[in-house]
Amino acid sequence: MTQLILEQALNGLQFGLMLFLLAAGLTLVFGIMDMVNLSHGSLYMGGAYFGAAAAQASGSFLVGVVVAMLGMAAVGVILEVLLLRRLYLRDHLAQVLATFALILIANDAVRMIWGPQPLLLNPPAALAGPVELFGFIYPAYRLLIIGVGLAVAVFLYLLISHTRAGMWVRAGAANREMAETLGVNVRQLFTIIFALGAALAAAAGVLLGPLLAVQVGMGENILILAFVVIVIGGIGSIRGALLGSLLVGIVDTLGRALLPTLLRATTAPEVAAHLGPALASIMIYLLMAGMLFWRPQGLFPARA
Amino acid sequence: MSTLLDIDALQAAYGTSQVLFDINLRIQEGEVATLLGRNGMGKTTTVRAICGMMPARSGQISFAGKALTGLRPDLIARQGIALVPEGRQIFANLTVREHLVAFAANRHATGDPWTVAKVFAFFPQLAERQHHLGNQLSGGEQQMLAIGRALTTNPRLLILDEATEGLAPLIREEIWRCLASLRSAGQTILVIDKYVERLIALADHHTIIEKGRVVWHGSSAMLDADHDIWHRYLGV
Repeated sequence: MTQLILEQALNGLQFGLMLFLLAAGLTLVFGIMDMVNLSHGSLYMGGAYFGAAAAQASGSFLVGVVVAMLGMAAVGVILEVLLLRRLYLRDHLAQVLATFALILIANDAVRMIWGPQPLLLNPPAALAGPVELFGFIYPAYRLLIIGVGLAVAVFLYLLISHTRAGMWVRAGAANREMAETLGVNVRQLFTIIFALGAALAAAAGVLLGPLLAVQVGMGENILILAFVVIVIGGIGSIRGALLGSLLVGIVDTLGRALLPTLLRATTAPEVAAHLGPALASIMIYLLMAGMLFWRPQGLFPARA
Repeated sequence: MSTLLDIDALQAAYGTSQVLFDINLRIQEGEVATLLGRNGMGKTTTVRAICGMMPARSGQISFAGKALTGLRPDLIARQGIALVPEGRQIFANLTVREHLVAFAANRHATGDPWTVAKVFAFFPQLAERQHHLGNQLSGGEQQMLAIGRALTTNPRLLILDEATEGLAPLIREEIWRCLASLRSAGQTILVIDKYVERLIALADHHTIIEKGRVVWHGSSAMLDADHDIWHRYLGV
């Protein structure tokens, strides 16, 4: 039992860190430009496809990761400059409609290029096997993802909290007009943030590729989770995105793994069989509803 | 002395409702000027137009001989205009020190530029609270920080909108002292406030706005001599 909990907790941590890669970009875009970008999940999907294609062509997983990140950063810049910029001053409904259209376009574009079948993306050969960790067996590749996720979190933390550019980002998220009046080119800053967010989403897509399927529509489910994360964490806050991601990742994973067992031990079998999976799948929404009730601004709101 | 800010026949509107009809204002380098008028007469709108947050419908704003009209706010700021806005607009998620580091610049090669250390010497209270976040400060400390933040951009023109509004009497005195000291250091200032006696003591000349039009303009001596103006336009 302890081993199961520990293993699932590590899985939760791993999933949470990947969610963070998505949520980091999403929360800054929402926080600074007040822009609801539903197509963020498509950048994640695009990253997975770019990565899988590049890894297949080159035979190297690392090349796949680099191509995915650079490629989607470039796509992000083009998207931001040509389209999203025109949406900032529109209301959220217009943004939702336009970026939802982008999801449909992205899904069909991927289907046209790579076909409807999921792509296969293998983890690097050296990490394909398991390793022994505190006396139990855990996949080496998942450990790598945890390592990469933690490294990105530290990098973003240093960038946001210890550099002048990070101060501009935070100032822009708290009060865009005032930041501009102090000489910050928020528009340009935002293009850079958008590219960075796209690269991080792509990294999440390609890293999760070997664990989940690289397929059309993979971005939508995780996008919803990423929105849950930024609502819990506080819109515009990287710190909030990190904490929210870990909370959502661990609650979701542990809930799915442990709730059915717990219910079987405490209620009638037929109740447990129905209630267990149902309750497990809404745990994070309960978490979000609780947060909205007691602390609607989120854990670390960027705006006062 | 050369003209630093020159506003000529400025008109501006929020949507279809026009709020500025005919604003003229000229400030020479090294001068302290004020904008006076009751609430809602267009003072803040004028400031917003200068800073590029509000488009001009017609008229010209030029700064050190360059046209500002139509420029983005960040480009106007880079020309050397810094604003201490109404409501102070301190960033809740930046520390005091970060407010003074993030926007620091010396684009016009001032001889003795404002630095974090100099701001802390000017406002010792801020030094004590340098690691506190913006939303943990008192109103007076926030105003000092807003002034300090503006000064670290080493502006050629410092604009204060409602310089002492909502502050305790002792803190107000400190802000007036600080403005007098900036003046004697040669800083060009445009200030909005409702304490007319204080402004007469501080400034060189005054512009009164009513319903989006300049209705009076004159020196401190002229304003001091004619209390009719105070009653008619300022409700004092």
